[in-house]
Amino acid sequence: MSSQDIPEENLPAAQDTSHGAVKLADEQNPFADPGLPPHEPRVQDIDERAAKRSERAVALLFTVSMLATVGFIASYVTIPVDRSVYIWPIGHISALNFALGMTLGLALFCIGAGAVHWARTLMSDHELADERHPIEAAPEVRAKVMDDFRQGAKESALGRRKLIRNTMFGALALFPLSGVVLLRDLGPLPGTKLRHTLWSKGKLLVNMNTNEPLRPSDLIVGSLTFAKPEGLEEHDHDFQTEIAKAALMLVRIKPDDIKDKRSLEWSHEGILAYSKICTHVGCPISLYEQQTHHALCPCHQSTFDLSDGAKVIFGPAGHPLPQLRIGVNDEGYLEALGDFDEPVGPAFWERG
Amino acid sequence: MKKLSARRRHPLAALVVLLLALACTGGLYAVFAPADKAQADETAQSLTIEEGKKLYTVGCASCHGTGGQGTSDGPSLVGVGAAAVDFQVSTGRMPAATSQGAQIPRKKNIYSQAEIDQLAAYIASLGAGPAVPTEAQYGPEGADAAKGGELFRNNCAQCHNFTGKGGALTHGKYAPSLEGVTPKHIYEAMLTGPQNMPSFPDSTMSEQNKKDIIAYLNAVNGDETESPGGLELGGLGPVSEGLFAWVFGLGALIAVAVWVAARTAKAKKS
Repeated sequence: MSSQDIPEENLPAAQDTSHGAVKLADEQNPFADPGLPPHEPRVQDIDERAAKRSERAVALLFTVSMLATVGFIASYVTIPVDRSVYIWPIGHISALNFALGMTLGLALFCIGAGAVHWARTLMSDHELADERHPIEAAPEVRAKVMDDFRQGAKESALGRRKLIRNTMFGALALFPLSGVVLLRDLGPLPGTKLRHTLWSKGKLLVNMNTNEPLRPSDLIVGSLTFAKPEGLEEHDHDFQTEIAKAALMLVRIKPDDIKDKRSLEWSHEGILAYSKICTHVGCPISLYEQQTHHALCPCHQSTFDLSDGAKVIFGPAGHPLPQLRIGVNDEGYLEALGDFDEPVGPAFWERG
Repeated sequence: MKKLSARRRHPLAALVVLLLALACTGGLYAVFAPADKAQADETAQSLTIEEGKKLYTVGCASCHGTGGQGTSDGPSLVGVGAAAVDFQVSTGRMPAATSQGAQIPRKKNIYSQAEIDQLAAYIASLGAGPAVPTEAQYGPEGADAAKGGELFRNNCAQCHNFTGKGGALTHGKYAPSLEGVTPKHIYEAMLTGPQNMPSFPDSTMSEQNKKDIIAYLNAVNGDETESPGGLELGGLGPVSEGLFAWVFGLGALIAVAVWVAARTAKAKKS
C-alpha cells in the first residue's frame, strides 16, 4: 500500500515546523503533534564572554588529553616493568600498569568530555525536523524494473537452450563439494584413542606430588592423592595429551563403608582409583569430601558417590566415573591391573 | 685410726664431721638427682594429661564421649593426634556450638595455648597420631614458592580456589578462605584433614611439599602481596570480574549518559 492510498483523514496531522508553534491535543484530534518546543537560547548564545569560557574549557580538556598521552608514552618508556607501588585502597600494584591505565583513561575521557562540552555549549542547538518519505518506489519505476527483468530472462533464452541451463545447474551443484572435501583436513578420525589410556597391566601408580611409586601404607583413610602412570614424565611432549585421559584420583575408604561390590573388589583394601575426568564435559574433578565420600565437579556441580561405585547422585553427568582396577605387585607397590574397562571422560556418539 | 680416735674430742671435730656429712649428702644427691628429674618430667607429663582430661571432660566429652571414643554427635578422637586438637581448638572450631548444620565454622578461640597443649596431650595419649608441627616444618626457610604453586593447583585449588580464596561445596558446605590463616594451622589442616577436607599425610605429600605450599600461599595472600593487575575484586575469578564490569562499569556509563542528557544547557531566562 502506498502513501497515495491512505485516506486523507488517517494521515498524521501536518507538522508545524515553525519553532514555538504548539498545537495541543483537543477533543477532535487527541493525538495532535504539538511540534517542537520553542527554541531557547543558551548563555553562550547570548553572552560572548560565556562562549569564550566554554571555548577555553573545551581547549583545556583537549590539552589535558594531549598531556595524558604524552604521560602515557613517558610512563611506558621510564617506569620499570617490575616496580611495585602501594596505592590506597587497591594495595600493592604494578606502578607501570597503574600509570598506563590512568593516563590512557584520562586521555580518552578528556577527548570525549571535550567533544560533549563543545557540542552542548557552542555548536548550534536548533532542532531540525527531517520528514520521512515513503519507502516504496514510484509505480513507474517498479514497472520498469519488472519489464527489464522479463526482457533479460527472454534474451538469456534459458528456457530454450536446455543444455546450457542443465550444465549450469550441474556446475553450481557440484562446486560446493570442493569445500566439503576440505573438511577432511579437520581429521584424522580419533579411531580408538578415546577408548584407551596409558594405564595397562603392571603399571605402577606414581604419586604426582613426590614422583615416587605409591605403597598401600602411604594412603590413610580420608586422604586424597593424585597419581599418574609409571613412565609418564612432566617434560614428555605428549604429557598433557596423556594425563588428560590417565589422571587418577586415589581415595581410601574403610572397606565396610564401600557399598558397591564390584568397586570393593577392584580396590585394594579400600584404596579406590577413579578417573579424575568428569564424565559430563571432561573437567578435572577432585572436590572430594572425605566424610560424605562425595566428589563434586567444579564446572556443573555433578556429584559422584565414591563409596558407591562413583554413582552420579546429582548434576548433568551421565555416567559414573570409571574405576581403575588396582592391586599390589611383588615389591609391595600399587599397580594397575589393566586399562579402564570403559572410555574415560565425556560421552561421545559411538561410546555405547 | 688411733690418730683419728685421739682427736675425736678436738674442738673442731664436730665441724669436720658436719662437713663430711654435708659432702656425702651432696654426693649422694648428685648421683640420684637425674633419676629424680626424669621422674619429675614424667610427673609433669602425666599432670599435663591429667589437666587435659579435666578440660576434656568439661568441654568435649558431651559429644566425643568420656574416653574420646566418639558418640552419635561427634567422631572418635582416638588416633587423631595432637595436631588435630591444636587445629580444631585454636581456630575456635571446637568446641562446636552444635553438631547440626552443614559445617562447623571458624570462631573465637576460648582456650589459652597452655590449655590447648594440655588437651592435645590428653588426646595424643589416647592413640598415636600426628604431632603439632614445629616452626622448622612450616617456616619459610628452604621453601620453593613456585613448586608450592604447582602443588597447590594440583591438590588444593579445586576447592580453595587458585589463590586460596575458598569456594562452595555441596549442601552448604564450603572450603574456607585461607587468607589470614597461620602457617601452622594450614600445615595441621593438610596433615589431619579437618571435617570434610581430605588429609594429605607426609607419606603422600612430603614435609617439603607442605612447606612449599605454605610459602606459595604466603606469596599470593600475604600483606605485601603485589597484585600487578590492580583491584583484585576478591580474587574469585572471572565471575566476580564480569559481574563488576557489567553492573558497575556499564552502570557508570549509563549514569553519565543520563546525567549529560538531563543537564540542560539553556539559559534560565533570556
